[in-house]
Amino acid sequence: MATVSLRNLVKAYGKTEVLHAISLDVADGEFVVFVGPSGCGKSTTLRMIAGLEEVSAGEIWIGDRAVNHLEPKDRNIAMVFQNYAIYPHMTVRKNIGFGLRTSKLSKPDRNRRIDEVAAILSMTDYLERKPAQLSGGQRQRVAIGRAMVRDPAVFLFDEPLSNLDAQLRTQMRLEIKKLHQRVGTTVIFVTHDQVEAMTMADRIVIMKDGSIQQVGTPAEVFHQPANIFVAQFIGAPSMNMLPARYAGGQISVAGQSIKATLPLPDGSDLTVGIRPDDLLVSAEPALFAGIVSVLEPLGSETLAHIDIGGRDLIATADGRSPPAVGARVHLAADTANLHFFAPTGEAVR
Amino acid sequence: MADTQIRASADALLRAPTSPRGPRDPAAIIRWTLLAMGAIVMVMPIVYMLSASLKYPYEMYNLNIIPKEPTAENYTYVLSDGRFYRWFLNSFIIATCTTVSAVFFDALVGYALCKFRFRGRYIVFIAILSTLMIPTEMLVIPWYLMSRTLGWLDTYWGIMFPGMMTAFGTFLMKQFFETVPDDFLEAARIDGLNEFQIWWSVALPMVTPALSALAIFIFLGNWTAFIWPLIVTNSQSLYTLPVGLTTFSVEQTVDWELIMTGAALATIPTLIVFLIFQRYIIRGIAMAGLKG
Repeated sequence: MATVSLRNLVKAYGKTEVLHAISLDVADGEFVVFVGPSGCGKSTTLRMIAGLEEVSAGEIWIGDRAVNHLEPKDRNIAMVFQNYAIYPHMTVRKNIGFGLRTSKLSKPDRNRRIDEVAAILSMTDYLERKPAQLSGGQRQRVAIGRAMVRDPAVFLFDEPLSNLDAQLRTQMRLEIKKLHQRVGTTVIFVTHDQVEAMTMADRIVIMKDGSIQQVGTPAEVFHQPANIFVAQFIGAPSMNMLPARYAGGQISVAGQSIKATLPLPDGSDLTVGIRPDDLLVSAEPALFAGIVSVLEPLGSETLAHIDIGGRDLIATADGRSPPAVGARVHLAADTANLHFFAPTGEAVR
Repeated sequence: MADTQIRASADALLRAPTSPRGPRDPAAIIRWTLLAMGAIVMVMPIVYMLSASLKYPYEMYNLNIIPKEPTAENYTYVLSDGRFYRWFLNSFIIATCTTVSAVFFDALVGYALCKFRFRGRYIVFIAILSTLMIPTEMLVIPWYLMSRTLGWLDTYWGIMFPGMMTAFGTFLMKQFFETVPDDFLEAARIDGLNEFQIWWSVALPMVTPALSALAIFIFLGNWTAFIWPLIVTNSQSLYTLPVGLTTFSVEQTVDWELIMTGAALATIPTLIVFLIFQRYIIRGIAMAGLKG
């Protein structure tokens, strides 16, 4: 196990800088998830930590060593790739043991280690099979096994669940989390799926355009998003955003006034954010009113798209007795759950 | 009763049209005719070679396919000539060594050109490809001058060196390595393998169909090579089979029946190689075409 520290990490291809001075400290044994849209630089950061991409500027520390100039094999890391990268011509045993080829372990010790890892991953019965004879989930387990067998200081996962179907993804998510709890190794996990990030991470690093937008626990990034991007990226469906104006201790939004004290000058424009979970369809007069345009039943609840004078808001309605499309409804929200963003996009509290 | 039903079904099957649009579909007729003509053109020389190898000399210039008096004497004569075995062995050694070398280096260079980013990579690739446009006949003179200067004339090495690495093989292997995802190589890099080990243990096993196809192409090409072995060798003991067979043709007479017999015998290894590995050849050609 080891800490990982990124210090002003920069990646440039020619004159194009794709990562802008990333700094982050990952604690020993922590499960950190990098999340962001395609092209945000999360995989590039991971590949730089692995030593598969050169660092243009800045430093990477694993434990007490700066590893910028070390070969991938000398960094004491293991990586699981999106397409598993398990060798099709080798059996599961050989695939898992591949990382031990360069170790000084004797053959019996090597086999014992492979058997241990296979047992942890419930793959003992499949050790003599070839990858083509395995399901997607089993292949992913082999890939994880190959990473585990070397007992690395840091596990790097590059979107390892993207190729799995929804059900298997949920199952593997749980298995990886259990595995982390069991082995306690530092994990850096890259995904574009915010649900994966929320469910697995000790801390989430949200990236956009080569910069870190926010680092925090799942609860922090959900309840206290640092900016509009984070607020809209985390949470499904996305946070509702309404233009508003702040004056005299009142926020005017969609024809309503809300009392609030914000560190903004009088007359400032701002954006009010309300999560669909916090905006409830109500029969009683409430904060907003509008017409139901679309319903998305989810079983226990129904997502209702409400048109409030030309703006579409997503609200939550009861799953058993949702409103009818075209009905006029009221939308209630606890003002304590509202989020405010300055014109720069930064959160205002 | 059941027997009658089975017979009726069989009759129905036999009457079933051979193509979706029926047996008299003009397009199908043209297709099959062209195919048959092509097959005849390809097969006729082989049939004639086998036929001629079973004929006496007096019947040699008759174009009949079936000999009037078939004889195995030509085979007995050729197989009792010790030189034939020597030439056969020479061809085998040369074709095998050249194949091993070419497959090794073509795969190595193809991998480097495909998976490494370095300055001039594209130029090197184009330069290698451009040699494909130069016919062997044009290369023979520089090869000969080089062999003479370096003392390689009339040696195994002299026969083999031009084929130890091939532009076609490099191109073929490069195209195939494109299909190997970089993740596999990066995973091996993290696992501590050096670049040669990655190529050998990870990349090569993933392109075995291409390697097999390339090996067959090169083996067949060298087995049947004639011009260069003829030019570079003087000693009969170093002749390859195609060159050795020409000794049956002397100034005044040509023993066609013996040449045809030798050629028929020489075909056997190539036929065996082809029959065993034909699926790799076809897959190799198809995949190279797709990637190209």
